[in-house]
Amino acid sequence: MALLEVRDLHVSYGAIKALRGVSFKVEPGQVVSLIGANGAGKSTTLNAISGLLHVTRGQITFNGQDITGWRADRVTASGLVQVPEGRQIIAPMTVLENLMLGAYPRSDRDGVETDLKDAFDRFPRLYERRQQKAGSLSGGEQQMLAVGRALMARPRLLMLDEPSMGLAPLLVSEVFRLIASIKAQGIAILLVEQNARKALQLADYAYVLERGQIVQEGAAASLWADARIVSAYLG
Amino acid sequence: MNITQQIVNAIWLGGVYSLFALGYALVFSVLGVLNLAHSAVFMWGAFIGLVAVTQLNISVWAAIPVAMLVAGGIGIVLDVVAFAPLRRRNAPRISQLISSIGAAILLVNIAQLIFGTQPQRFPLGSIPSDPLEGLPIRITPIQIVILVVAVVLMAMLQYLVVRTRAGQAMRAVAFNQRVASLLGINSGNVFRITFFLAGALAGAAGVLFGLAYNTITPFMGDSVALKGLTVIVLGGLGNIQGAVVGGFVVAALEVFSIAIGGSNYREAFVFTLLFLILLFRPQGLVGQAAETRA
Repeated sequence: MALLEVRDLHVSYGAIKALRGVSFKVEPGQVVSLIGANGAGKSTTLNAISGLLHVTRGQITFNGQDITGWRADRVTASGLVQVPEGRQIIAPMTVLENLMLGAYPRSDRDGVETDLKDAFDRFPRLYERRQQKAGSLSGGEQQMLAVGRALMARPRLLMLDEPSMGLAPLLVSEVFRLIASIKAQGIAILLVEQNARKALQLADYAYVLERGQIVQEGAAASLWADARIVSAYLG
Repeated sequence: MNITQQIVNAIWLGGVYSLFALGYALVFSVLGVLNLAHSAVFMWGAFIGLVAVTQLNISVWAAIPVAMLVAGGIGIVLDVVAFAPLRRRNAPRISQLISSIGAAILLVNIAQLIFGTQPQRFPLGSIPSDPLEGLPIRITPIQIVILVVAVVLMAMLQYLVVRTRAGQAMRAVAFNQRVASLLGINSGNVFRITFFLAGALAGAAGVLFGLAYNTITPFMGDSVALKGLTVIVLGGLGNIQGAVVGGFVVAALEVFSIAIGGSNYREAFVFTLLFLILLFRPQGLVGQAAETRA
């Protein structure tokens, strides 16, 4: 059974239909990428799954539960965690406080302690800066913090919205190495990326979104080989 | 003019103002709206304290936590009735402000119906009013109690906001409700906690104010409503440390304007200050860098 299954998802912003029947699946431990141009509906899809947007039609099942219409905090607490576009760290709070907020829905203190230690092992820079305000970090460090914070929730599925946006090329590679290491940990990932080339290299499976609809899908390697995709999205 | 005496007066009155204004600041920082029913909750706090002393026969000290609990409850009801329905409809902030004015009028009218409009007092002997002996200045035990209670409550609030899980959630929601919800924080609960705390602080301030002046009427909130606003504008809207500092500044201004013979103009002094701050330093006196938003 798929870990996440989205069926016939419709979302509107007023009169504008942003999603028109999007369906896709993420299997446990899989990295699935949603690619598409600006405004195709990638972020809208993630936000609808996260419970931030009203779903006009369709169904979202996660881990065997129908989560359509759930409040965002409940979706997160169920293990489906989004790292939103633009990082969105809590700037006036410290790095440590941000990480601990990631574990907000959890009640297993010991597990949280272990995960905090793991997070600092994974991101030594964050440990050095744990008492600094998160807003004082560089863009790359903020992205690390945003991902680290999401991992503190012990997600079963992590949704990343444009994790490489606005980062220098060197840092982009670092972010993709990080995603690969999260995958190696067995956490499923739904990845939305403008950088389709990098996304397809990492993903197992990919869907191409165009004007609110899935227009193509397939194993990442086969999409990679598809000349049409290459010319449309990989420039 | 005895300067020391005026400083003492400014300090205990400042404690009450700060306590009251902290409730305004908390709600503003977490929800981004001004709750103009806050002064009505303050007045209810004073009446609950009075009823607790006269009907339940408990001491004025025990009446403070009772008033805080009930006033906190009124705060939650206020959120559920006057704010939450508007939030659900994404109503603009101005609608929420107007809704809170309506709630304030309603709360004052209910108090008029129940308690009448005549000023009421704590029973004789329930407040120790003899000044402490052997001091060069006049200090009554109640003034010391007011200051101690105010400072303890402010310290507890600071601890709660900075150190506890609920406080962290409040700060996250204050920063960005959407991001907070993606972290698994139920913002509805955070709003209710915020209103409870604001109500409890208003309740405590109400009892203390009632004890200090020993006159309780349904209209006693009017005198502090605008001063509380001056305090939080002074401190920087939604800034907790700023509200504390602002409370003492406004109290000092008021006390000294009385002392130099301007008791008829003391409100004018306070509101001139408000005007000047809005004109020249709208971000408040306390710098942005030092702020702690709840």
